[in-house]
Amino acid sequence: MSAPAEGQGARPGLLGRLGFSGRTLVIAVPMLWLLLFFLVPFFVLGRISLSDPMLARPPYTPLFERGPDGSLEWLGDLENYALLWADSLYRNAYLSSIGIAFTSTVFALLIGYPIAYYIARSPEPRRTILLLLVILPFWTSFLLRVYAWMGFLQREGLINSFLLWVGVIDAPLQMMQTTFAVQLGIVYTYLPFMILPLYANLTKIDEAFFEASADLGASPVVTFLTVTLPLSVPGIIAGCMLVFIPAIGEYVIPALLGGPDTLMIGRVLWDEFFSARDWPVAASVAIVMLFLVVLPVMWLQDYLDRRGLKG
Amino acid sequence: MRRGWTLPVLAGLGFVFLYAPIVALVVFSFNESRLVTVWAGFSTRWYVALFTDRQILNAAWVSLQIAFVSATLASVLGVLAALVLARFGRFRGRLLLTGMTTAPLVMPEVITGLSLLLLFVAMERVIGWPSGRGMMTVIIAHTTFCLAFVAVIAQSRLRDMDKSLEEAAQDLGAGPVRVFFDVTLPVIAPAIVAGWLLAFTLSLDDLVIASFVSGPGASTLPMVVFSKVRLGVSPDVNALATIIIAVVAVSVAIAGWVLYRQARRRERRE
Repeated sequence: MSAPAEGQGARPGLLGRLGFSGRTLVIAVPMLWLLLFFLVPFFVLGRISLSDPMLARPPYTPLFERGPDGSLEWLGDLENYALLWADSLYRNAYLSSIGIAFTSTVFALLIGYPIAYYIARSPEPRRTILLLLVILPFWTSFLLRVYAWMGFLQREGLINSFLLWVGVIDAPLQMMQTTFAVQLGIVYTYLPFMILPLYANLTKIDEAFFEASADLGASPVVTFLTVTLPLSVPGIIAGCMLVFIPAIGEYVIPALLGGPDTLMIGRVLWDEFFSARDWPVAASVAIVMLFLVVLPVMWLQDYLDRRGLKG
Repeated sequence: MRRGWTLPVLAGLGFVFLYAPIVALVVFSFNESRLVTVWAGFSTRWYVALFTDRQILNAAWVSLQIAFVSATLASVLGVLAALVLARFGRFRGRLLLTGMTTAPLVMPEVITGLSLLLLFVAMERVIGWPSGRGMMTVIIAHTTFCLAFVAVIAQSRLRDMDKSLEEAAQDLGAGPVRVFFDVTLPVIAPAIVAGWLLAFTLSLDDLVIASFVSGPGASTLPMVVFSKVRLGVSPDVNALATIIIAVVAVSVAIAGWVLYRQARRRERRE
């Protein structure tokens, strides 16, 4: 894996002095695991995206076929990608995933910011207690937190019962199986991911800035807008990334709270695989998602890291 | 803003938003009626139903086993990866390893699940292993995605720790293996425990990846719960949720108390 001379002495001391064999072994174990179970699967994914579905086990055509004269014939094609391009279902699913993730991120920021700011300004031990209260839902089941909203949002659910009882509405509102329910579910389940980096960032801001601003006659609102908000930009970026990224590929939330018209790409992939049993199309949806969503996100994170803008 | 009422009110509403669904879930788990929204008197029948449901109990046992093994494997591999990245300086493949330990953090679960399943199917065809899918394939998948989380936590601890400790041990003649087990490991142990707990929780919680790579007889708890709640609200799931919330709340309360005491002791010392 590594040349014997290289690295030795590049950083003197410690484990750098491990003999060639020991050192290589320690590098090789995690490296080989990740190569086999993380990197190679993407090549398999790419290879199957070039096949056609077939009624067999496994349900896709081979890439090569031995012709009558014994020569190998290439059978792969880009038909699946052409389908993704031609059928507006897939294009709409990608776009609406990004749209839903974006809206949810904005609302998570609007709800999460005051919570993070309040915790950051709280004295101990209230601060620790509130922080644990934010973390607690994160350690409970994600699936059950989404499920909790089903009891709230359904036709005979708590919100409708309450609104009917108060007399605000005459007939139950349709809240389940809507895009609104999906956005609500995302905001709810990912809120801790927004609050924690914001909190970490806000506690680092020196109190003296606020005092100076107040001494110079700025009102609390002006201080917030001109001092606190600009200083918390790294926290805002970090929190938004942590909500936006997983929200795009979300499957569970649209499956439980969304309606048939709530298109999200994670759900499209799932249905292609489990319902339509079309492995090649599912694989090509994944490959396109990788290039359109994952790689830009990784590039953006790297860019923000280098500019030191992350919390 | 700081002394006004706007901030506490907004934050308070935020906490209501966070906890209202959880409180409702717990309250209605003690409801006599099957209807999850109409209160019909106190009852523990859904807990009885839960503890006599063989399918749920089996799935819970499968999930706990998978989570235990995956978290342990992920901790070993994650610490190795962190050690290599934080201490080994330059080596061929460094950039690749860095990428492979950070990419799983942003990878959508549907992609991880699908690509691993396709790998397992292809491997079975070519080398005959793993034969079929079940607990083994779920453990491999969970280890792979949890590894990244452990590596990130362990790496940041390794970067923060005082390197002179390791150097002192080395100057006193300890070999690299001895330095690691006698000096480095005890120092980063809290980070490894935190990583293990996170990996355990992530594995226990995962629905999407397990659904792709699991096989007959190895349904995990989230898979069984998902197939139940897909059909609508069901009160025994509320009972299950209440138990999970109670376990987590007690653990978090204990952890919080320990952290608070440590902080107090540190303050007093200073």
